[in-house]
Amino acid sequence: MRQKAQIMDREGIRRALTRIAHEVIERNQGTGNLALIGIRRRGVPLAARLAERIREIEGSSVPVGTLDITLYRDDLTTLAQQPLVHRTEVPFPVTDKTIVLVDDVIYTGRTIRAALDAIMDLGRPRQIQLAALIDRGHRELPIRADYVGKNVPTSRREVVSVRLQEIDAEERVLILEKE
Amino acid sequence: MNRLLLKGGRVIDPLAGEIIAADVFITDGKIAAVGRELTVEETVVLDVSGKLVAPGLIDMHVHLREPGYEAKETIATGTAAAARGGFTSVACMPNTDPVADNPAVIGYIRAKAQTEGMVNVFPVGAITRESKGEQLAEMAALKEAGAVALSDDGRPVAGAAIMRRAMQYAKMTGLTIISHCEEPSLAAGGAMHEGYMSTVLGLPGIPAAAEEVMVARDIILAEATGCPLHIAHVSTAGSVRLIREAKNRGVPVTAEATPHHFTLTDEAVAGYDTATKVNPPLRTAEDVAALRAGLADGTIDVIATDHAPHTPEEKDVEYAKAPCGMVGLETALGLVWTELVAPGVLSPVEAVRRLTVNPARVLGIARGTLEIGVTADITVIDPELEAVVDPDRFAGKGRNNPFAGRTLRGLAVLTIVAGRVVYDAGPTR
Amino acid sequence: MKKDLLGLQQMTAPEIARILDTAVPMKEITGRQIKKVPTLRGRTVVNVFYEPSTRTRTSFELAAKYLSADTVSISASASSVVKGESLKDTARTICAMGADVVVLRHPMAGAAEMLARTVPAAVINAGDGAHEHPSQALLDLFTVREKTGRLDGLTVAVIGDILHSRVARSDIWGFTTMGATVRLCGPATMIPPGIEATGAAVCRNMEQALDGADVVIMLRIQLERQQQGLFPGVREYARLFGLDEKRLALARPGALVMHPGPVNRGVEISPAVADGVQSMINEQVTNGVAVRMAILYLLSGGGKNE
Repeated sequence: MRQKAQIMDREGIRRALTRIAHEVIERNQGTGNLALIGIRRRGVPLAARLAERIREIEGSSVPVGTLDITLYRDDLTTLAQQPLVHRTEVPFPVTDKTIVLVDDVIYTGRTIRAALDAIMDLGRPRQIQLAALIDRGHRELPIRADYVGKNVPTSRREVVSVRLQEIDAEERVLILEKE
Repeated sequence: MNRLLLKGGRVIDPLAGEIIAADVFITDGKIAAVGRELTVEETVVLDVSGKLVAPGLIDMHVHLREPGYEAKETIATGTAAAARGGFTSVACMPNTDPVADNPAVIGYIRAKAQTEGMVNVFPVGAITRESKGEQLAEMAALKEAGAVALSDDGRPVAGAAIMRRAMQYAKMTGLTIISHCEEPSLAAGGAMHEGYMSTVLGLPGIPAAAEEVMVARDIILAEATGCPLHIAHVSTAGSVRLIREAKNRGVPVTAEATPHHFTLTDEAVAGYDTATKVNPPLRTAEDVAALRAGLADGTIDVIATDHAPHTPEEKDVEYAKAPCGMVGLETALGLVWTELVAPGVLSPVEAVRRLTVNPARVLGIARGTLEIGVTADITVIDPELEAVVDPDRFAGKGRNNPFAGRTLRGLAVLTIVAGRVVYDAGPTR
Repeated sequence: MKKDLLGLQQMTAPEIARILDTAVPMKEITGRQIKKVPTLRGRTVVNVFYEPSTRTRTSFELAAKYLSADTVSISASASSVVKGESLKDTARTICAMGADVVVLRHPMAGAAEMLARTVPAAVINAGDGAHEHPSQALLDLFTVREKTGRLDGLTVAVIGDILHSRVARSDIWGFTTMGATVRLCGPATMIPPGIEATGAAVCRNMEQALDGADVVIMLRIQLERQQQGLFPGVREYARLFGLDEKRLALARPGALVMHPGPVNRGVEISPAVADGVQSMINEQVTNGVAVRMAILYLLSGGGKNE
């Protein structure tokens, strides 16, 4: 993989998350019934950071959960080996909550489709919204993000790589190209 | 008419215990001359230079399955397998249906062998009626009809009293008792040797003691009655020891070992290949070593196959359900040469002895030598010829052979029965 | 993962760990209100039971259902098995049905291996004779790891009829592969020959086997073994090899007590111990479903159905 461009740096990511936090609060008129659920893997630290921003702004904390969507994937039969399943940890009832799903990149929409099914199996939320740090287009399902850090037009040959301190020990977003 | 000259071979003489470069001339089904640079007019000449010319091999423990189990094997197919494996004579066990416990069945087998058999067939009669271990079979009548020995092979004679009577009576008839030694109450339900492998595989085991208890019993009875006893398919170190001790004491006992028992261990059962299910079962490496030592020091007189064909349908079942037995006629010589002669356990002469004169003596048949005037049963062995065992190319019906895929070196290239070529490896020769 | 799960003898520590790790999120699903994920939608799991076993069969059935697979059960009483249909014939039927996974329980050792050679479907050995019962051992491993946080360095005592026990064999392979020490104890007639070569130690008596043990696995004693002359009677068995509170006190404080079930209360285990705080018998059942979900999930991969 060849690195093509850096599209966000540490500051860019910070500013995008702060903006999204404000938008979430504004759109939901506070944090009363709100909960965040990060999609493994990189949605998880992003959801934690968003919750932290919201707490800084509003002074109240929102519950945060973790979703593993492996068992809901629609491509299991085509994979050479079964991917590792991780724990789903949603330590609060989702029923009647407004859930903000958090992921790093929205692309085909299939991950989000799986995440929606996974959340539905946990209960019946009042509303589900979607936050993504990067929207790179090429949707294959009628799904869109409610909150986007940055829209990045890409080709299918390209890969968007979000690198986060908690997982990758660096903080930036790159566009890579398959060689 | 019927003149054959085997030219340029090395003749194995198991009686003299030597190998000599000599030609062999056969006429009218008999050995006419053995000597250097024989020149004979008007004869078929077969070039066997570099090959070993041995007396025709004798397998004294074969199941031809006819009458009764023709789906497994017939006299025609079983003797074809024998010819291909280099055997000119086989002794067939009486556990047919009906059991060969009467002159009629012995007569039937001999008649069939006469018309359809490719090699000599010497029937073994039953010790007891229907081999049930209860009443003695008519041993004298069996002998008269052509039985060469007595055995309840496959169904060990459980009762010591009936075995004692059988030996007393058999001695009178001059027939040897061939004993399948296995104490039924110790072996009951077993599917393989009892030991680490049976523990790991979870299969019910047959302890070595099941065989040894009966070997000890039969030796004691043979000693007491004076009846010649031949222990079939010896499989354990303990049995070898018992037989060795008995021989040293002068007990009239002989013994045989099968190629599978002196080559394979119970580790071959891993994977549950039912071709490895035999009775007695494959034992441990220690037992294999003891059998080889017993062959080397003469404790074990005979190598015999216990050729036991079954249909694929019968063998293609759960291990515990599968019938016991493997076919051996077409792999025996290769195994003897590869596993005993090549590593120096037996010299070529000693190996041939255990396949010719020794079984002939146990059975009391006039075979197993190349003396002038005897029936010209000859096996020509190419000690360098190699082949991969492929059960699908066997002449016999059975495919149950765990040596499939193994390369064997030292094979029969020419099998001659009474001067007639019944198997010729052709271009490889 | 290989195509089949036939036993633990051939499995490596990472392979076992992968199943145990996968069972953790599966257990979370079994605790949900809606116990269903769509993972194996459209897959068919056939349970073939040549021996009655409510426990193992329902556990596999639930596991398959929680993963949205379609399940069919063929049991000895209800099918052609009793009509003498051979395993080979059954295998052909299973193939024709298009099963993706076959769960086989059979009274003869090696049956699962034989079936695995015959059918393209993944075969899970749910117990074959006295050979192996890998899913039971995996749930034992899972239960111990969940409770104690580790397997490496533990001492596990397995008590009872080792000779006929497929659970004992799978537990020996599983625990020793994962770094635990296994001790065995039972009547001398029920200690199979050569068992020490598996790495397990044979103890002379219960006291020696239990001394400081972290885990005690009690095996069911089949009462018909008495008729076979393998032990003289239930009373003497309970006296020599039964687990009561006094004996349990010899083990490490808080040691886990397990039993593959069904339990002969008062014979191999006293009611007080079976129902006591150290008993994991109910947890084993719960964890069994999660572990079997993990097995089904991991064996269903690989695009082999496309």
